[in-house]
Amino acid sequence: MENPILRTENLNAYYAGQLALKGVTMAVPEKRLTAIMGPSGCGKSTLIRCLNRMHELIPGARVENKVFLKDKDLYTMEPTEVRRMIGMVFQRPNPFPTMSIFENAIAGYTLNSIRMKRGEADRIVEESLRKAALWEEVKDHLHKKGTFLSGGQQQRLCIARALAMNPEIILLDEPTSALDPKATAFIEELMEELKKSVSICLVTHNIAQASRVSDYTAFMYLGELVEYNTTEKIFTVPQDKRTEEYLVGKFG
Amino acid sequence: MRAPKLHRRLFVNGLFRAGIYGLAFGALLPLFLILFDVFRKGLPVIDWNFLVSMPRATGETGGGIANAIVGSLMLIGLAAAMAVPLGVAAGVYLSEARKSRLAYFTRLAVDVLQGMPSVVIGIIAYLWLVRVMGKFTALSGGLALGLMMLPLVVRGTEEVLKLVPAHIKEASLALGVPHYRTVLRVIIPCGLPGIISAVLLGVSRIAGETAPLLFTAFGNRFLEFSPLKPVGSLPLTIFTYAMSPYQDLQAQAWGASVVLIVLVLATNIISRVVITRWKIQF
Amino acid sequence: MLAEKIREMRERLMEQANLAEEMIDQSIRGLEEQDGRLLRELLTVSEARLNELEIEIGEQCATIIALHEPRARDLRLVLLALRMATDLERIGDHAVNLAQSALFLIERPPVKPLVDIPNMAAEARAMLRDSITSFIREDAALAEGILTRDDRIDEYRDQIYRELITYMVSDATTIERALHLMRVTANLERAADLSTNIAENVIYLVQGRVVKHGHRDEP
Repeated sequence: MENPILRTENLNAYYAGQLALKGVTMAVPEKRLTAIMGPSGCGKSTLIRCLNRMHELIPGARVENKVFLKDKDLYTMEPTEVRRMIGMVFQRPNPFPTMSIFENAIAGYTLNSIRMKRGEADRIVEESLRKAALWEEVKDHLHKKGTFLSGGQQQRLCIARALAMNPEIILLDEPTSALDPKATAFIEELMEELKKSVSICLVTHNIAQASRVSDYTAFMYLGELVEYNTTEKIFTVPQDKRTEEYLVGKFG
Repeated sequence: MRAPKLHRRLFVNGLFRAGIYGLAFGALLPLFLILFDVFRKGLPVIDWNFLVSMPRATGETGGGIANAIVGSLMLIGLAAAMAVPLGVAAGVYLSEARKSRLAYFTRLAVDVLQGMPSVVIGIIAYLWLVRVMGKFTALSGGLALGLMMLPLVVRGTEEVLKLVPAHIKEASLALGVPHYRTVLRVIIPCGLPGIISAVLLGVSRIAGETAPLLFTAFGNRFLEFSPLKPVGSLPLTIFTYAMSPYQDLQAQAWGASVVLIVLVLATNIISRVVITRWKIQF
Repeated sequence: MLAEKIREMRERLMEQANLAEEMIDQSIRGLEEQDGRLLRELLTVSEARLNELEIEIGEQCATIIALHEPRARDLRLVLLALRMATDLERIGDHAVNLAQSALFLIERPPVKPLVDIPNMAAEARAMLRDSITSFIREDAALAEGILTRDDRIDEYRDQIYRELITYMVSDATTIERALHLMRVTANLERAADLSTNIAENVIYLVQGRVVKHGHRDEP
């Protein structure tokens, strides 16, 4: 495994008493795109939400053991601090409806009352919108409300919002599930470009998407990390029978 | 074989239709009759003078209801100052902590308060403030009206905030924004049109309450701006004048009624307009 | 991305095609010019690289299919690459066989002056060159032309065999050398055959028509 940027050690997660993640130990490499795939209910969303401590917001949820970002033990820190270091984009595009495009992009700073120097806000907004391949389309409409964009554009706005915080890694939880094929293809291309500057961890239920865009793929089933390897190996010579059955289409 | 049955069904259908339209019209009729009568009797009395001058001494004709208008506005303002912060805060709590025991009891208490007779609330305010302070005050009137407005604000806020989708909240939390700031700067703004609408509805509800004011604000012939003094109001004026033997005052009561109805209708309509025009798309 | 991977694969295929062509070229020249060094180099360095390329291209095609689900033209290109890599590797094998016989022959006096074999070789090399060109330019017409030239190669072979048989019958000491010459001829003929394979695959790529084994999809 190349330079890991994020790793878990024997991670267990509970949902109101039920064990949803069983002893997951995994290392996410730096500046690469790691995909996590598996059938519904396998725990992939739970896993990714444990990485930025969103899982514990659910009443009755509990997490055991460790997650490390580089050398920082995330579960000994303030959860809000952790979430500022790790960006997240959700399945349903969720720009803040009362804010303009500009305000949305810079929301991580304004909502957290982080002070910015003069002109810095403009720079941050432009930079992150450019990185999310949205700048050209919205640069003349920055003060319009975010919710008037198309689904694909809204999702890119959410990506820009996450990128604005300059995280080392962003987590994408099925980011294209709610989008049409054209917007999906656009975002897949965007991810290929983005991974050069920020590490990406992607949860997807679309096997073909995992094969197209990722460098490493993890397969999860019933809360366990079944197999984890380079995408090429997983898709040509998977080692575990369950992985093979999933890829071939026997379940999920 | 089929034709006659169809004919009959169409006829019955038409009958029912006419019946429903008629009854609906019938339900609207009283409102229109009231408005018609009040405006007919009250509009002639209203002129600029009526609205800005004070009542004349007993026996003299002329004068106006300026004190009542100012008083009503003051009372509404005091009531809102009490009910809005407390009500919105409670509404926020109820929408966030849906299942806790405290939430259950809070909802129960609010529902009971909503059903309480206005005169009883008036007596309570008398007990709590008038007795303690030793005099009738606008403040006590405001308290009584505030207590009546509170349930509407709480429930309205709770309902509106429950409609804010969870994924908006998640977006904010994922940016590392602490919970309380998420509520203040994301969720409440999303619910703002609904909250404003609920407040306006509350206002229109209390604007015309008379009973609680009888032993709290008490009424005042003079223009009064201090909350620590008794103060006049539109409903009180209407009550007093309507019961007086003077023709002139009775006419003024109609005039005051028109002003009050306009106030109530206006806040009602604005409340609806806020909800429909100011749409926040999720 | 898919486009990049396909480009890389094409480049490897080009490298392999050029190498195979060069090996045939070297083997014939080694025979004509009696250059033993050239022949030995072919047998060691060139063959190793050619086989390596076949494996690399095979793995790359598997990866592309597994990860990118290529369709239509992209799919036909990947399939062509797999087949062509195999064909080119076999052409290399034939060049090796040819070179082995050549090494034997150049150390002995010739049975007869080489006339027909160089002509046949020239024709075979032209066919290989043209099949590779038709792949680079995706020129189906050029590829179609190659299919008929194979008959000429077969004629050459039959003629050379007849001539060599007469030599063997009249003089038993020529048999060993003649057999090696026949081996050279046979390998040239096989190389030309494989070139027509390549041409058939190019037609499939460009037009989607299958023209193998006498079967013809009409456009």
